[in-house]
Amino acid sequence: MAEYNKSEAELEAVFQQKIDSEQKIEPKDWMPAAYRKNLIRQMSQHAHSEIIGMQPEGNWITRAPSLRRKTVLLSKVQDEGGHGLYLYSATETLGIARSELIAALQSGQAKYASIFNYPAQTWGDMGAIGWLVDGAAIVNQVSLQRTSYGPYSRGMVRICKEESFHQRQGYVIMMELAKGTPAQKQMAQDSLNRFYWPSLMMFGPHDSESAHSAKSMKWKIKRETNDDLRQKFIDQTVPQIAYLGLEHPDKDLVWNEEKGQHDSGEIDWDEFYAVINGNGHSNRQRIQHHVKAHEEGAWVRDAMSAYQQKKLQRKVNAETAA
Amino acid sequence: MTSSTEIVSKQDTIDYAARLGDDAIVIGHRLSEWVSKAPFVEEDIALGNVALDFLGHARMYYTYAAKLSNEQNGTNDITEDNFAYLRDERQFQNHLLHELHKGDFAYSTARQLLIDVYNKYFLEQLKNSSDETLAAIAVKAAKETKYHCRRSKDWTLRLGDGTSESHERMQLALNDIWGYSHELFEVDELEQRLVDAGIAVDCTLLKADWLKEVTAIIEEATLTVPDQDWVVSGGRQGYHTEHLGHLLTEMQFVHRSHPGAKW
Ligand SMILES: [Fe+2]
Ligand SMILES: [Fe+2]
Ligand SMILES: [Fe+2]
Repeated sequence: MAEYNKSEAELEAVFQQKIDSEQKIEPKDWMPAAYRKNLIRQMSQHAHSEIIGMQPEGNWITRAPSLRRKTVLLSKVQDEGGHGLYLYSATETLGIARSELIAALQSGQAKYASIFNYPAQTWGDMGAIGWLVDGAAIVNQVSLQRTSYGPYSRGMVRICKEESFHQRQGYVIMMELAKGTPAQKQMAQDSLNRFYWPSLMMFGPHDSESAHSAKSMKWKIKRETNDDLRQKFIDQTVPQIAYLGLEHPDKDLVWNEEKGQHDSGEIDWDEFYAVINGNGHSNRQRIQHHVKAHEEGAWVRDAMSAYQQKKLQRKVNAETAA
Repeated sequence: MTSSTEIVSKQDTIDYAARLGDDAIVIGHRLSEWVSKAPFVEEDIALGNVALDFLGHARMYYTYAAKLSNEQNGTNDITEDNFAYLRDERQFQNHLLHELHKGDFAYSTARQLLIDVYNKYFLEQLKNSSDETLAAIAVKAAKETKYHCRRSKDWTLRLGDGTSESHERMQLALNDIWGYSHELFEVDELEQRLVDAGIAVDCTLLKADWLKEVTAIIEEATLTVPDQDWVVSGGRQGYHTEHLGHLLTEMQFVHRSHPGAKW
């Protein structure tokens, strides 16, 4: 295509028309710089969330209370690593290297989902995280299957298949606890209480407060608003809590017949911003853990490339000798 | 092979299956400690995979031990978890090599090389066990062990023949663990009874092949097989290093805090 003799405005018109007609934008297509930047921000934040999210659950693999649950949890955490890799590759199609993305994470320049700044204190938290945190992520990711950027959209399709297993394993943990001993039931309630509100916060600020929303909607990077997605999650969670026989943490929650959805209590946005801005229990720990593993692995990565180099050199030497 | 049932007691087979399960659960635990701490994400996943394989092996051995225990006691509530969670340090009979701390990536790699190559030869023999269940477990586990061996060899070559730092770390690791490798080839009274009955593997016969293969890999990696003048053993008798107690404390804590609970 002779894109070089089109003006910026013409290119942008073609681009927006593609988006309006539900065509995917592919890596080689022309795209506005701001679209690219916006995508890199969102996709890398998503990738980092998968990776940092391995920590709170990884923290419980060695303590899982049965071999079956240990197996399932370990597979789940593995999957998250896979999602991280998959999303890093998808982000790289936008012309940025994984090493740059990781550097931005470690310097604090790039973000990850703030939910992972909450500590995983009990086995019940493995239930609540799988059920609510992965559950909230799914609501968002199902919507993102229709995002306008091709590699991101395809990544979401693939990831969503695994996510439903994640949510189920969390809910199974909660079911066992809820029908178990009084101490187990108490554990389930406590985890629900601590993770319910932060899960709602995962959808981000109200639409009226959201910095990136309008443009993202126009470019169809986002397909549904924060509040709409959050409402879906709130509504789907109500019967799940009831089925467990646990108390709903939101005391103001009522069914609104007219709207056909639940009205709920207000989220503590002060807490939301406080945790995002570094006041969560685990913010520093998460990044330091990541940096430590990365630094301790430096000599391994060096050895790998040195060995690769030697192997190559030997091959060249053998060929010149022959 | 002679029919075994009249020569050995069911308890012998239970103990044997349990100790094979102990080996697998303990090394699986150590490998799982790498998740989110590996040198790069691909390795988090790969190490997790290998951990999952060992966890799977442990469950097969323990489940069999539980089944035999139920038969013997006329019960039906003994499960794999009884073996993993409700036995104390002195009752665990894993080889010491498996319980040693996680160490750095070189330490884990060196240990895994010794264990994986051992398992390759061990499982090859266990396939011939007159005990059908153990033989079937061996067939399954052997397939995964093939992949583990290739992985361990690749990493040993990369680290041994990588940079001077990685070379040094690998040599140090080998030196630090070598003395724990000898007990892999010991056979105690229990195992001798089971060997005679055609059930257990005669580990003493595995050493020559193991040493040959491990030596070849170590030397190809430009490393040196350590001096063989120190030997530690006792794992099969429950005589452990201090590492195991901490591992079990962590592994068993939640389960034991809620006696009789289901998860
Ligand atoms: Fe994920
Ligand atoms: Fe997930
Ligand atoms: Fe496997």
